[in-house]
Amino acid sequence: MTDQTSAASLIPVRVTPIGRAREIIFSSWLVTLATVVLGIIVLWSVLAVWVVPHDPVRLSPGVRLKPPSDEYWLGTDAYGRDLFSRIIYGGRISLVVGVAAAIAAVVLGLLFGLLAGYIRWIDAVLMRMVDGLMAIPSILLAIAIVSLWGASIWTVLVAITIPEVPRVIRLVRSLVLSAREEPYVEAAIAAGTPTWLIMRRHLVPNTLAPLIIQGTYICASAILTEAILSFLGAGISPETPSWGNIMAEGRIYFQINPGIVLWPGLVVSVAILSINLLGDAVRDALDPRMAKRGIDR
Amino acid sequence: MSVLDIRDLRIALNGAQDQQVVKGLNLTIEEGQTMCLVGESGSGKSLTALATMGLLPPVLTPIAGSIKLKGEELLGAKQSRLRDLRATSMSMIFQEPMTALNPVARVGQQIEEVLEFHSDMSKSKRVDRVREMMEAVHLPDVDKMYRSFPHQLSGGQRQRIMIAMALVMKPQLLIADEPTTALDVTTQAQILKLIQELREQQGTAVLFITHDMGVVSEIADDVTVLKLGEVMETQPVNTLLRHPQTDYTRDLLRSVPSQVPRMERPAKSDNIVLATDDLCKTYGGTGLFKRGREVKAVQDVSISLTKGRTLGIVGESGSGKTTVARCIMRLIDPTSGAVKVGGTDIATLSQKDLKPHRKNIQIVFQDPMRSLNPRIEVGQSIIEGPLNFGTPRAKAMERARELLELVGLPASAVDRFPHQFSGGQRQRIAIARALAMDPDVLVADEAVSALDVSVQAQVLDLLAELQERLGLGILFITHDLGVAAQICDDVLVMQYGRVVEYGPAAQVLGAPQQDYTKALIAAAPGRHWDFANFRPFAEAAE
Repeated sequence: MTDQTSAASLIPVRVTPIGRAREIIFSSWLVTLATVVLGIIVLWSVLAVWVVPHDPVRLSPGVRLKPPSDEYWLGTDAYGRDLFSRIIYGGRISLVVGVAAAIAAVVLGLLFGLLAGYIRWIDAVLMRMVDGLMAIPSILLAIAIVSLWGASIWTVLVAITIPEVPRVIRLVRSLVLSAREEPYVEAAIAAGTPTWLIMRRHLVPNTLAPLIIQGTYICASAILTEAILSFLGAGISPETPSWGNIMAEGRIYFQINPGIVLWPGLVVSVAILSINLLGDAVRDALDPRMAKRGIDR
Repeated sequence: MSVLDIRDLRIALNGAQDQQVVKGLNLTIEEGQTMCLVGESGSGKSLTALATMGLLPPVLTPIAGSIKLKGEELLGAKQSRLRDLRATSMSMIFQEPMTALNPVARVGQQIEEVLEFHSDMSKSKRVDRVREMMEAVHLPDVDKMYRSFPHQLSGGQRQRIMIAMALVMKPQLLIADEPTTALDVTTQAQILKLIQELREQQGTAVLFITHDMGVVSEIADDVTVLKLGEVMETQPVNTLLRHPQTDYTRDLLRSVPSQVPRMERPAKSDNIVLATDDLCKTYGGTGLFKRGREVKAVQDVSISLTKGRTLGIVGESGSGKTTVARCIMRLIDPTSGAVKVGGTDIATLSQKDLKPHRKNIQIVFQDPMRSLNPRIEVGQSIIEGPLNFGTPRAKAMERARELLELVGLPASAVDRFPHQFSGGQRQRIAIARALAMDPDVLVADEAVSALDVSVQAQVLDLLAELQERLGLGILFITHDLGVAAQICDDVLVMQYGRVVEYGPAAQVLGAPQQDYTKALIAAAPGRHWDFANFRPFAEAAE
């Protein structure tokens, strides 16, 4: 009896994606705040050209390492470039890297995960490779890839994506392994449905919700990894402003103008916190098992 | 004084008056008596038990009535008081003994823990008491059992441990919530006997919750029949089975499948639609990366099924009956032997060569909740097969509507999602999906086992009717001898992957030759009762 009432109330009522999104955003004030913060970061990155008060790459030796003022809101760096403008431009790189890495990792992971989960002999081979890949620390692997092909936004993207893929493969594989045992999948096999169609109709939809959740975490982690790579000098070329690059350059002048390190650091932290909060909210909405543990209260 | 006295109990969802799930239940149990609470799913029988234990989920609240244990009011009692009572005065055993035991603690210690918290016995006395209790529930080799983990025990042994744990403090009330439903029929018979025996020894009052009239006839003193939260009637067991007062109880009793085999039907044709020849399936063995024990799940099973007939495969869990079905469907590959569908051996065909033969044989699974993809409309599920074989979408959809009407659902159901249907309706949809391929053979793998008995009777009738109309050969896999007796022309009994007995239903179930078959039949609960005619079989013979 309890089982059935609770099962009935847990069945998702069909809502429009917009309605679902609104539900997630307004699920708590923290999530609302995170959405607003992310919205601002996205907006200023897109509109960077019009928003910034100064050219982020123009050198002005006359105003080196100035403290915050009306002219330079957050002060200037060692070459006299406006810190505020550079941080805004840096957001473009970070967001592009984060979103692109998330999409690439999810797509690749889904593809290989489906193969591993459904076709037994591929599983044995692929999973050993994945094990090997996961044994290497991701930052080291990323540095190795970047130093192999030289720094550019593309290599950085590849370097960030590859360490993330194994986790997605494992996730998808485990979901497929449990979904393929479902009687409706066996009924499809018995009905002569070709394998690719079984994957598309019966298996992939089961993986989407966890993948969206995983995607948001990868996005946050990619932004962080990009900043770390830039900070270590293994990221995109130093003249391009990215949050990590700004911090790396400011490190030497920390005693004179700590803002050069602190402000981008703060922005990275806030951005990642916001993405993670949003990811948690999406998870709670899409995966009732992880959320409120059934219908208690 | 009654051990348990429930008066006008009302339980409601979110405490709302108009959402009552238990509606004014009255129930009394005297010392040493067994009260059976009978009802189909959704009748509120488990909720009554949970309310008594003080274990209702928070969304469900008792809004009126009283529950008195030996005169002490339980509704509204403090949690700490309930916790004390739960071990010492009332205890409960559940359906699934594996999930009710802690998997990482030794079972002996789990029983001892109860004593540790609720008595002031010394350690050595506690151990003695636990051993005494484990002997009382007839566990073999108590020394070894004491140190075992739950996964090392069989289902029946785990349920014995649960009973030992429940009774170690000698409670006045034992609540048993479908304690034998997950067990095999021979184990079930032993557990029922054990509960009876302990009740007599300890004078415990038992509240026994079940959906199975056979079990009721074996164990009950009194019976309360529940329907959608309302008490239909309360009677001593003999009166209830002989003279049911309400239509609902009468229908419930009529739906109980009889253990007597159906009338023999003359074979309509000798056209063999499905046959297996020495079918074997072995799991494990050695490979490049694995070295394991070989498990012979199925050994030398040969069957033959002609058009329009029903062949039943019966056996307990682990007997290999489902493995046979999966081999026949080529959901798994048989290790050796032949599977002939319409004369062609499909056992070794490649997936590509197999495809044309797929449409001749279709399957209906046990679990109605999982046999349809919850994300796609029912109609899409039904036409999936025909589309694979090149039927145009519009035509397939038209056929899907016809099929839904054929299985007793409205044609408009094609646009709805599985969660909008009940278990029985979903099973009908699954049958419609199987029929969409116009198969010669339908494999029903425990297809009615998850359904309530009245729904089960309807689905069985539907299968019989479809067979009559379409001339289907049905391979019916079940653990329930009553169901097998009702629907099968021939019966094959399996144990440990081997065929024990195979022949016409009347012979196998009526005059079994093998000891195992005899034991199975003897263990079936309620075999002495002719429920549908409200009398024991013994009287019918007179």
